[in-house]
Formats: sequence, structure tokens, C-alpha cells
Amino acid sequence: MSFAIATTVEDALAALASGARPVAGGSDLVVGARHGKAPLPASLVAIDRLGELAGVAETDGELRIGALATHAQLMEHPLVIAAATGLADASALVGSPSTRNVGTIGGNVMNSSPAMDTGAPLLVLGARVELRSLTATRTVPIGELWTGPGRNIAAADELCTAVVLPAPPPRSGSAYVRLEYRRAMEIAVVGAAASVSLTDAGTVAAISVALTAVAPTIIAVSGLGGVIGGVIDDTALALVAAAAAAQATPITDLRATDGYRRHCVGVMARRAVDAAHRRALGESIAVPVNRALGIGAAR
Amino acid sequence: MTTPETNMSVGESVSENVSVTLEVNGVDYPVTIGYGRNLVSVLRTEIGLTGTKEGCDDCECGACMVLLDGQPVNSCSYLAAQAAGRSITTVEGVMNGSEMHPLQRNLLDAGGVQCGFCTPGMIMSATALLARMPAPTEEDIRIGLSGNLCRCTGYTKIIDAVARTAAEPAARPTTLQA
Repeated sequence: MSFAIATTVEDALAALASGARPVAGGSDLVVGARHGKAPLPASLVAIDRLGELAGVAETDGELRIGALATHAQLMEHPLVIAAATGLADASALVGSPSTRNVGTIGGNVMNSSPAMDTGAPLLVLGARVELRSLTATRTVPIGELWTGPGRNIAAADELCTAVVLPAPPPRSGSAYVRLEYRRAMEIAVVGAAASVSLTDAGTVAAISVALTAVAPTIIAVSGLGGVIGGVIDDTALALVAAAAAAQATPITDLRATDGYRRHCVGVMARRAVDAAHRRALGESIAVPVNRALGIGAAR
Repeated sequence: MTTPETNMSVGESVSENVSVTLEVNGVDYPVTIGYGRNLVSVLRTEIGLTGTKEGCDDCECGACMVLLDGQPVNSCSYLAAQAAGRSITTVEGVMNGSEMHPLQRNLLDAGGVQCGFCTPGMIMSATALLARMPAPTEEDIRIGLSGNLCRCTGYTKIIDAVARTAAEPAARPTTLQA
């Protein structure tokens, strides 16, 4: 049994190498332990004071998001809203103000829930995750990180230190939309993120769509080549919706049946692409786009 | 690497109990606690500040809300040991001596208190909101309080109380009746 507060990243990595588990805000770890999901690890190292892992910075167009950046920070950060709007959309929907104050992007990514909100936008934005141990640092495309519900490829001695986003192409936009039954303290029933970039002529240069809570991990939608080179219209949106629904493998649980999820994830994918496209055209849609679309129970 | 109180080297084992000093409402409280203890239980049991309530114990209801370095945090799901070195504010800390905070007075005036169990958490979320956003819209208030559940009032009177507080040109402290 041990508990320590790391004051340097090296201290934290040494603690992990000795078998400790990291805790930042504790919003997954402590809640999970108190509800019997997983006991609190026998050895914990608190990483919440590591300034090196905090903050968001832009270098050569790349956005480096420290693992300790909170959802509350990301939803309002000008660099994130400008270059990764879908990530801001997702961050603004997580939990409540208090959970957003303690919940971090590193914790969200490494908790690896298939219902995580930040995962789908990170996937469509081409995020890479920096994993550091005492002996090495590696960078993994986020699509290769998750292996199942609550599982990922990180070794026990590796700490997520940052999430890095490439510079967005010109004339691009992103969005994250989720189906929710209420406007706060909600977990995605299903969700979808989209990133769209346009040519000077306004046709689609690139499109990426990812889905939340319809598979063992966040998944990317394949087979969208038919949209490239054309315009985003009803036909294109219908193609996206059909591909998303076809590739979803949802389960039935207390939030929704599998069939309802399959249908709705197509609707969310269509809306995400529409919103990302409008943002790529320069339209300002406030974060989170869920509010602009009127999703969630009206009061 | 440090334990909250003493320097230790990496890998050195410590007992299950850790000794930490928690700064609550500006007062230092040294406590020796199990490292897995949540902050709400230490505030209530070890320190004796029972204004903070434990409701759902699941980050859902907000009855346990405290401010950690000025930010609302669910104390049911925050490790007490991890709060060492940070500034903790509970509902007991919003009063000025025997004078109610204007928000407390407005909650009473507006009828925003019925059973009262949610009230301390509401006050913590609302004071943080008003500190950050002195002139919130109704939507801002609803979002600011979205992590706090109330099963009595229907929220309207609580939102009214926060809006009244924001609208007051200057804080009008009211002496609490004994």
C-alpha cells in the first residue's frame, strides 16, 4: 500500500515502473473503486501537479494537448475551438462542470471506454498519443491504442503524457454529436464525430467519421470514398448514415437497444458530417454543437 | 516524489495511512487517514465540518460539492490525500463570521430551500459560477448548476436566487439569526 504525489514526470514514471497506478482527477478511478468495479490500486501515484503535462500548445501547426488538460479547459480553449472544434464539442458534453474540472483528456483516453466522448473526435482529427516510460517514449495513432472496453495497448509502466493533433488542412471543420436523453450528467447513448475538408471548389477533399458507443471501442467508419470529390448533399449524408449504421455492432443495455443504437448512430453521423461541413465553409456553430441542434430533452 | 508530508524515495513503501494537512476554509487541519478515503468523509468525520453532504457517492447529485482551488469538485470521488496542498472551501467557508453570504440570504428569500440537503452543494457551484461569471444568463446558471440535483424545489427558485444575487449592485450581507 502506498500513496505518493509525484513532483516530476520521472518520479511518476519510476513509481509506475514499481507497480503504482496513476491518478489525476480520479473521476473514473475513485468512482469505479467505490462502486466495486475495480478496487483502488494498492499503490497510487498522483500526477495532477505535473506542470509539464498540463496545457495546450501549438507548434508548427500541431496541437500538443498535455495529458492533464481538463475537459473544462478544452471546451473553452481558443486553439482547440479553432483547430479541433469537435474535441471542444465533446469536452463540453462530459458529465457536469465539476467532473469537467477534474476529468483529464489523458484519463479519458486511457480509461478507454467505448462510450468516451473525446475518443471519436480525436480519431477523426488524426490524434496521436504519447506514451512515456522510464526507458522510452513512443507515439501511437489513437486508432491503434484501444483494444476493447477499458483496454489499450499501453504497458503498465507507460504514462500517457500528451495527445498530439496534426495541423488541420485548410477549409476544414469538425464536429461531435451525441444522442443524449438529458442535457447534463449524461453518457453517450451513441455518438459520432466527423472531420471534413474541402477543395477550393467546395467539393470534399477528405472526410473522416468515427462512432461512439456502438462497438467494443471507438471505431472509424470506412467506405466513404464515394463522398470524396462530390458535394455534401442529402445523397452524401445518406451514404454516411448508411455506412455508420451498417458498421455499428451495438449492444442492448439500460440506455438503448441494439437496433435503436444502430439507427441513431446513422442519424448522429449524418448530423456530425453536416455540422463539420458547415464549419468547413466558415459558418460559426457554437460549442457544443448538440445545443445548436437541440439534442437532449427540452426543459 | 513526496508523500504529502514527508519526502520519500520512489518504491519506498508507506503504510496504508498517510498523514496530510488539509487546508479547509483557510484553516490547516492535520489528519492521518487511509489513502483511499474520499474527501467528503474526511471533511465530515475527521474535521467535523458536516455542511458538505454525501448523497449518491457517484458524482451524480452534487450534494458533496466543495471548491478545490476555487473550482467545484465532487468530494465523494476525490481522494482526500490528493487534496493536500490545495485550498478547500466548504459551505462553512462562504459565510463572513455570522453574516450569511448574499446567495444564502437569497436562497431563503426566494424559497430555494426546502429539505435543504442539496443546498450546500448548490451554494458551492453557484458561488464558483458567480466568481467566474458575474452576470450569468439563465442558461449559464442552469449549466453552472447542472451537476447539482434537487428533488424538492423544481430548480426555479434556486435559479431565481442565483439571478437575484448576480443582480445585486453590492453584496448585502445579512446577519444570521441565531
